[in-house]
Amino acid sequence: MKKHWYDYLWIVELTYLILGFFNILFAWIGLFFFFIPLIIAVARGTKGYCNRYCGRGQVFGLLGGRFGLSRKKDIPKWMKSKAFRYGFLIWFFIMFFQMLWNTYLVFAGAQNLRQVVTLLWTFKLPWNWAYHGTLFHPGVAQFAFGFYSVMLTSTVLGLITMILFKPRSWCVYCPMGTMTQLICKVKNGSK
Amino acid sequence: MDSVKKKRRKAAVNQNDCVACGCCAKVCPLSAIQVVKGVAAQVDGSKCVGCGKCARECPASVIEIREVET
Ligand code: SF4
Ligand code: SF4
Ligand code: SF4
Repeated sequence: MKKHWYDYLWIVELTYLILGFFNILFAWIGLFFFFIPLIIAVARGTKGYCNRYCGRGQVFGLLGGRFGLSRKKDIPKWMKSKAFRYGFLIWFFIMFFQMLWNTYLVFAGAQNLRQVVTLLWTFKLPWNWAYHGTLFHPGVAQFAFGFYSVMLTSTVLGLITMILFKPRSWCVYCPMGTMTQLICKVKNGSK
Repeated sequence: MDSVKKKRRKAAVNQNDCVACGCCAKVCPLSAIQVVKGVAAQVDGSKCVGCGKCARECPASVIEIREVET
């Protein structure tokens, strides 16, 4: 099959994750991975992002497929149920707003900058080596730490389900995928 | 005249559980499966040869290869 330029976006995704190890402020770039899918879904009513441009999906596809790091077993039924997918989306949102709230607290001066990346919403990894100060408010850095936590957490979850089930199992419960599908459903007037 | 009935294998998507990720469309050698309007994948029965590539790829395992009469 013919390769397109967008079949190489996994490089962008990997670069993004690596840059966050060196300077956390790069995490802000991740907002593109957040807004582009939504814009495509709202404007065009398609999951064009998932279907073509998502570098994260490609990383799982490559590692699990080409590199064989996947058992390639069926995902359990409950993981593809609407209850779990929508529940996970809501959970993700709650955690996201909590992250924004923490950022706000730093901006408001009510809390000091915490140089940690929180993995799986629980484990606080020290990440101070990737912080070299900011020209802006520490709140800018707090958001970067928070956003990178979200990205790293979803990567780790994705890797675990990649190994256990099919390479791109993450796509079954990926909040962005669920959200864009919901938008398309509403926009295209199906049940 | 007798019309010869042949059994052919075709992919069928359980659209209710499809997450519209498009992994199937990426691997189909004949572009016989496509995600329609971001909601669910659909098979073009006239193009599909039932090779099963899409079914193996589908992370939600919602594609079945069925025998159909043509
Ligand atoms: S479901 Fe998520 S990881 Fe999969 S292609 Fe869509 S945005 Fe990317
Ligand atoms: S790979 Fe499976 S879940 Fe994804 S769009 Fe195709 S049929 Fe739907
Ligand atoms: S069975 Fe083969 S030809 Fe048919 S849709 Fe799937 S990948 Fe394409």
